[in-house]
Amino acid sequence: MEGLIASLTIFVLAIFVGFEVITKVPPTLHTPLMSGSNAISGITLVGALLSAGHQHTLLTTIFGFVAVVFATINVVGGFLVTNRMLGMFRKKEDR
Amino acid sequence: MSGALINLSYLTASALFVFCLKGLSHPRTAVRGNLYGALGMLLAVAVTLLDRQIVSFEVILAGILFGSAVGAAFALKVPMTAMPQMVALFNGFGGGASVLVAGASFLETIAAGYPPPARFLVAVSATGIIGAVTFFGSLVAFGKLQGLITEKAVVFRGQQAVNATIGLVCVVLGGWLVTTPWDSASYLALAGVASILGVLLVIPIGGADMPVVIALLNSYSGLAGAATGFVLDNNVLIIAGSLVGASGISLTRIMCKAMNRSLGNVLFGIGGTVGTGPAPGEEIYEGKVKSASPEEVAMVFDTARRVSIVPGYGMAVSQAQHAVRDLANLLESRGCEVEFAIHPVAGRMPGHMNVLLAEANIPYDKLKEMDEANSGFPQTDVALVIGANDVVNPLARTDPDSPIAGMPILDVDMARTVVVIKRSLSPGFAGIPNPLFAADNTVMLFGDGKKAILELIAALKEF
Repeated sequence: MEGLIASLTIFVLAIFVGFEVITKVPPTLHTPLMSGSNAISGITLVGALLSAGHQHTLLTTIFGFVAVVFATINVVGGFLVTNRMLGMFRKKEDR
Repeated sequence: MSGALINLSYLTASALFVFCLKGLSHPRTAVRGNLYGALGMLLAVAVTLLDRQIVSFEVILAGILFGSAVGAAFALKVPMTAMPQMVALFNGFGGGASVLVAGASFLETIAAGYPPPARFLVAVSATGIIGAVTFFGSLVAFGKLQGLITEKAVVFRGQQAVNATIGLVCVVLGGWLVTTPWDSASYLALAGVASILGVLLVIPIGGADMPVVIALLNSYSGLAGAATGFVLDNNVLIIAGSLVGASGISLTRIMCKAMNRSLGNVLFGIGGTVGTGPAPGEEIYEGKVKSASPEEVAMVFDTARRVSIVPGYGMAVSQAQHAVRDLANLLESRGCEVEFAIHPVAGRMPGHMNVLLAEANIPYDKLKEMDEANSGFPQTDVALVIGANDVVNPLARTDPDSPIAGMPILDVDMARTVVVIKRSLSPGFAGIPNPLFAADNTVMLFGDGKKAILELIAALKEF
């Protein structure tokens, strides 16, 4: 039970941090913020690596493999596309 | 590597994620913020690979290589106009991964033979539901944005009752899973029914409400990750997931506010406004709409000292952003002041217009937010509306019975002259006529957005 309370504490506090950290985002950054945070949600990759690496049964390994693929697409694609978008914004600032 | 060291690394990764979001909310720090996020992810993945429980790396390596190749190809190749559907798709992958991880963890645990704790089972159920809803909801959003399925709201009688029932079935299946933790069928049933729910929740959402849904699915994908964290008892998943969940909700609220609607209204209420009664009042257009040729419109621009360009989804559809940039440059070279007025929900995702205009190399200090743009319209000679409709409809201000009543709009009608580039007088997403098109100071330039702009440029060069 104590473990659950500790996890819940972290969960609730992190939600508050999330709300606090991104106040007053200019509209220009709405899409990059979304795709960047989306890449962070690919953190499930950590869990996917464990599932794929345990090789418990064939089924769980398949689940793990597909999960690794999904999450990696999410992470790599998300950060790269955000960087690409921000690059387009930044170019003008330099000029 | 010891558990403490792994957890310390996870803590560092979590801190980097906070810096990432913080950085992404300011233009000057955004690039750095994104790099912090990538660094945090790299760290989290690297220490996870050192985990002793991992017995084999072949499957992992194959998955990472394949996923990276696909992700990078998407990210570097996809045109900016296709960004909304790509964001939708990526959201879905995050949710899908969560469903699979929770499923694998559940199967491993029940195979081990001893009864898992209830909190684990509750977390598995929650992940199954949220993850599957995210995955299939995102696929439907992707399909709509990609034009694979109708973009219109798909509504039927009793839809909300059906959705509520399916939601309830999900909860009951979750209860079954918690009370019979040796039966793997319960998880499959749960994920299956939640998938149906995901589809049904998104099909009634029409095109112009997409920004809200995309932001919301973004939030769900984070919450699915956090739920997976409860399954695996892993703090970095909980923290990263809830950060994203919160940021997605914040964005959703901004979008809802920009439409003056509650979230519930967007998700469930739209069925009430679309398709009820006959399309009202085409008669407001009768005899009042002035259509002009590109040459006539060019004459209006010829004398303009200050022009405000208002883009909408129509600009994205006709891929007119580069032509618009050329027009803006031409006007500026003639000593005219040009700015862009951006409505927060113009387009199909939060920030859609900003991304398109950035792609066309338009400096972002020329993009004005709604309030600033509105204070400038009375001093504007020409407001050029390209493929926007509901977000410039004055009925939002004047008609309290209108479906868009109270929605903040761009007051283009305050400008001296309004030029509207549009294919026809067909109503926008809200399904109502727009008195702006019939206003005394409005001229319509009918045609495809890009073609019309190019013709306008050619005509303007004649002067």
